[in-house]
Amino acid sequence: MTSIEVEALTKKYGPETVVDDLSFTVAPGQVTGFLGPNGAGKSTTMKMIIGLAAPTRGTVAIGGRRYDDLTVPLTEVGVLLDAGAVHGSRKARDHLLALAVSNGLPRHRVDDVLARTGLEGVAGKRVGGFSLGMRQRLGIAATLLGDPEVLIFDEPVNGLDPDGIRWIRGFMRSLAGEGRAVLVSSHLMSEMAQTADHLVVIGQGRLIADTSMSEFMRANGEGTVLVRTPEPDSFATRLAAAGATVRDGLESSLVVSGMTSEEIGKLATYHGVTLSELTPQQASLEDAFMELTKDSVEYQGAAA
Amino acid sequence: MNTPTATTEPAASTEPAQARTVPFTRTLHAEWVKFRSLRSTWYTLACLFAVGLGITALSLSSAGSQYETTIAEQQPWDPTNLSLTAYIVAQLIIGVLGILVVTSEYATGLIQTSVAATPRRHRLLAAKVMVATAVAAAAGQALMFGSFFVGQAMLASQDVPNASIGDPGVFSSVAGGGLYLSAIALLSVALGTLLRATAGALATLVGIVFLVPALAGLFPSWLQWLVDIWPSLGGAAILETVPNPDYPHPWLNFGGMCLAVLAVLTAAFVVFRRRDV
Repeated sequence: MTSIEVEALTKKYGPETVVDDLSFTVAPGQVTGFLGPNGAGKSTTMKMIIGLAAPTRGTVAIGGRRYDDLTVPLTEVGVLLDAGAVHGSRKARDHLLALAVSNGLPRHRVDDVLARTGLEGVAGKRVGGFSLGMRQRLGIAATLLGDPEVLIFDEPVNGLDPDGIRWIRGFMRSLAGEGRAVLVSSHLMSEMAQTADHLVVIGQGRLIADTSMSEFMRANGEGTVLVRTPEPDSFATRLAAAGATVRDGLESSLVVSGMTSEEIGKLATYHGVTLSELTPQQASLEDAFMELTKDSVEYQGAAA
Repeated sequence: MNTPTATTEPAASTEPAQARTVPFTRTLHAEWVKFRSLRSTWYTLACLFAVGLGITALSLSSAGSQYETTIAEQQPWDPTNLSLTAYIVAQLIIGVLGILVVTSEYATGLIQTSVAATPRRHRLLAAKVMVATAVAAAAGQALMFGSFFVGQAMLASQDVPNASIGDPGVFSSVAGGGLYLSAIALLSVALGTLLRATAGALATLVGIVFLVPALAGLFPSWLQWLVDIWPSLGGAAILETVPNPDYPHPWLNFGGMCLAVLAVLTAAFVVFRRRDV
């Protein structure tokens, strides 16, 4: 069982600190979502994990060793940073073959991973003609060549169609199910909600949250209830008295949190208040994420 | 099964697989797979021979009158060197090949994948250097010998004095042309690594092999040593069979050029190891 241990990782480009004293662990057997707004330092962190960028301070250990010290890296870590990073006039099979050969992996591994990613049919085609979805599969195929215990994907669903997104999600889950440590970055909370077991949230290079998905849901996923009544003011007072938090919504509606719709309905019946609408609102993890990272977004659009 | 090359591996798999190291030959083989699997490689090589032999044929098509002018001006007649003038353009095409071995990976972003797969970066660059130089050496020698034989045949057909490969100094000049082109390939890989972009590296190479030689007359005397080892100038003197008063020891000049190329290559290795990818 191999894990990634990031310890006090810092990267400075000149005066700018892109990654700031970041520490977290990517455990085996689960998908760790690496979340942050654009420019939060996710890609830089991933590059430091695999030795493409040198940290200013701090260390990364993969199974206790530095990436540069791995003797057959593809058998330990599979990385997909950018699916577009292939030479367009090279055939898919040759692209994978060069990688396999460079780590002394047997040739049949190329066919194995082509089959696992459903690319057998286009193995002899030049990559330049591939759709984004196919390139993404090719990139994933490359990560699996050495059957590694650790997998790292940078924004793997970016730009994919719903079918491709679903395939990648399922794939991540199955990789984690096989006991591998999977680190997936994204800037979309909704994406992580459906894939990740664990969340590492960063903003402006700093750690904002390091928590399990279920805990994050419990803490941030509390829903609200939209209530409409002819007498909003008096009912709002009664709701508040019953322990709920009430905000004014649009068109004299009430947004209630801290009580379920069932409890609100009972309260209305007890006081003989007529309700014209009682709608539970789905808690938005996206909102929770925005709330969490609002202070660390690089460029904020001014409210209209 | 016990193969002679296998490292000592305990029968029980208590030792993890990563205890084995990947031999350098694998890195080399991988670079060869990358190199041969691009169409541009073969187009560039085809272009090298088409342009190289084409220039040889063109430049010697009127060798008869050329010979008369040379003799009238009491200049030495060097049929070997005349048949090798294609090296001037060939070095640019070979250079493109060497540059692309590195810069095509930067252009596509593939370099990240390559470095992740081979984190010992000096190995990766060494493999690239070796593949590019080996191909340049083979293609360069083939082109130089091809040009020599085509050229001498053309001279013979015009009844102009020509050289045979067994004449004194001829073989070393022709083979020297191939070596010169190999050295240019080394330089190109180094430039590609240092500059990371095809356009920048190619412009630098053109500056080195064409522009600076064109301006060589402007060099002050204390920079004469640079002229002596510069490509297309002193570095290319080995392609001449008639002694050149400017470069009395052409192989020393070529040796100097090789040392300079090695210095640039060393800088490329240092930078490639240190720089973030």
